[in-house]
Amino acid sequence: MFEVIFLQFLNGLDKGAAYALIALGLTLVFGTLGVVNFAHGALFMLGAFCAVLFRQFLTLETVTLDPEKLSPWGAPLEIREPLVQAWFGDFGAVLVNYSVPASIIITIPIMLLVGIGLERGIIKHFYKRPHAEQILVTFGLAIVAQELIKSFFGPNPIPQPMPSDLRGAADIGAFLGMQANVITYPIWRLIYFLFSFVIIGGVFAFLQFTTFGMVVRAGMADRETVGLLGINIDRRFTIMFGLAAVVAGIAGVMYTPLLPPNYHIGMDFLVLSFVVVVVGGMGSLPGAVAAGFLLGILQSFASMTQVKALIPGIDQIIIYLVAVVILLVLPRGLFGRRGVMEA
Amino acid sequence: MRIMSRNDLLLFLGFTVVVLAMPIWLHPFGAAYPDLLQRFMIFGIFAVGFNILFGLTGYLSFGHAAFFGVGSYAAVWSFKLLSLDAIPAMIFAVVVSGVFALVIGFVSLRRSGIYFSILTLAFAQMSYNLAYSVLTPITNGETGLQLNLNDPRYLDTTMGIPTAGQPVPTLLGQSLGGFAGFYFCAGFLILAFFIAMRITNSPFGMMLKGIKSNQTRMNYTGFNTKPYTLAAFVISGMYAGLAGALLAVTDPLAGAERMQWTASGEVVLMTILGGAGTLVGPVIGAWLIKYFENIFSAINETILHRFFDVLPDGLDNALVAITSKFVGEGWFLTLGLVFVLIVVFLPGGIMEGVRRIAHLFDRKPKGRPGKAAPQPQPAE
Repeated sequence: MFEVIFLQFLNGLDKGAAYALIALGLTLVFGTLGVVNFAHGALFMLGAFCAVLFRQFLTLETVTLDPEKLSPWGAPLEIREPLVQAWFGDFGAVLVNYSVPASIIITIPIMLLVGIGLERGIIKHFYKRPHAEQILVTFGLAIVAQELIKSFFGPNPIPQPMPSDLRGAADIGAFLGMQANVITYPIWRLIYFLFSFVIIGGVFAFLQFTTFGMVVRAGMADRETVGLLGINIDRRFTIMFGLAAVVAGIAGVMYTPLLPPNYHIGMDFLVLSFVVVVVGGMGSLPGAVAAGFLLGILQSFASMTQVKALIPGIDQIIIYLVAVVILLVLPRGLFGRRGVMEA
Repeated sequence: MRIMSRNDLLLFLGFTVVVLAMPIWLHPFGAAYPDLLQRFMIFGIFAVGFNILFGLTGYLSFGHAAFFGVGSYAAVWSFKLLSLDAIPAMIFAVVVSGVFALVIGFVSLRRSGIYFSILTLAFAQMSYNLAYSVLTPITNGETGLQLNLNDPRYLDTTMGIPTAGQPVPTLLGQSLGGFAGFYFCAGFLILAFFIAMRITNSPFGMMLKGIKSNQTRMNYTGFNTKPYTLAAFVISGMYAGLAGALLAVTDPLAGAERMQWTASGEVVLMTILGGAGTLVGPVIGAWLIKYFENIFSAINETILHRFFDVLPDGLDNALVAITSKFVGEGWFLTLGLVFVLIVVFLPGGIMEGVRRIAHLFDRKPKGRPGKAAPQPQPAE
């Protein structure tokens, strides 16, 4: 029994990690700019499609017909050679194999630009407008992003293979001194979890231990005073928006091997991560992370057959159910601060 | 006491005439076929009802499609169990969705602002997920609930009304296909508009507007705002149920996708596009979105080539390549862009645009010319 529970716990971690990463970005934006960003899921999706684009670019091929050899159908044999392999040799092959993690390198600048452009272009004008209008404009932006991706990449999910060395499962049970082959866990999910841990830790460290982060935290607490001290807080908040976009983007990149991205992947995650943010407490970064993992793990437990036999359909609604209960019992969510978006 | 002021009466009469004459004046636009007209009416009702909640009280519900879906299911069940007549189905659907809205509203309205939006969204998603999975005996899952020749139809059987052939909804024995269905829906839209108008102008409506401007002050003045918001929520839920039932009448197949949150988002788009808080705005928004959805998504490259035929060759192809991204499959892109532009530049929707233009031509001296009234802030 313990093994089963432990396994479900592990299963919840990777989904929880994705929720936590998206919710972290949402909270960063909300805590700094005070903007409810419904386009955040679209940023996750854009990140995932950076990986797709990068791979498509890497796997551009030259097709030459070899008249000497014949294929089994009697036609001249086509020789396909990826350009990257032709240019870089073995390194190119490794690059293609590791295209998903490697695409983080191009994702970071792209998402930073997208984020900053979005903030300066549109969201800037919505600081003083009501939350309902912020939701509406970002919702519209999300539709636009989604449809643009759909018109370029088509409506179908595009599977992204994970690096060949990282396929298969790790025997965690044996590693922890238990019986071998009882608790095995796909390596990539483990990597996703560790990766999210690094990112979350990085964001917290950035806010906690750098001067920039200190100024941002001060601005979150009292924007006006920080501005009066002669600090250009707006620019820092813009950069924070870019950072949130980067977090969402690379979360999307690393998630592609687990779930082939299509154009509405962001929306699917957005609804859930909004629930996560609200459960954690609007504007609380630890709350967002904790609630993300909590809901991911709860969802994984709810999809156990034993639980489903007890309460049919619970796996479909557990997250929303938890959200409703938490919101009604703790109006500020789990870690919400007093005075932030209180109802 | 007079029921309506002169302006309201004119507005109502004008609205009635415009609606009833739709098959005539929409003819040049290529939209005068019953199927689309019925949708105009149905989504008009949906948007008018949504506006009673969002436009008047400022509570942004992101889960209104749940009531729409529940209305559809209830109507189809009434067709299956009671009678093929539309009237019991409508009554049943409105009552069921009203009760459903009462339960959800009672819980959700304990919070406001974004928390309210998330709560309604959560409830709607729960209904949607359940309709797809566990409630399959009631909703028939992915296939969707449909009429069957072997349905019991107890009311029809006891009254000895035989069903010939494929069961279709009727009204007192008359078929509701084609334009009959349109006038049936149009009657309900006019009724719905009339009720919404009366609500807006009543003391109750004033109270709702007061809640939108400043709920705290309303509370301090001694009003308990909760029953008012709950009443508005239930009324708008019943409107949604009515619209869902009408959709089931015109096309007796209820599917869970009607409850998905994108459907809730659509009605929000309609209301905002037309102008939240105005009477006619949401209806216009619904019509425009449904119209362009039908027209734009039907345009393909051949039509575009014909359209740009007059232009020189290279330019012609370039324009077709660009515009084809915005029509057909990509019509949602256009919708998204238009929507963003509206929210950014014209927060009051089309109706505010109309008012601004009317203001330009208004020669009468006003107290403060050229300045729009400050928008009241919705409840936080």
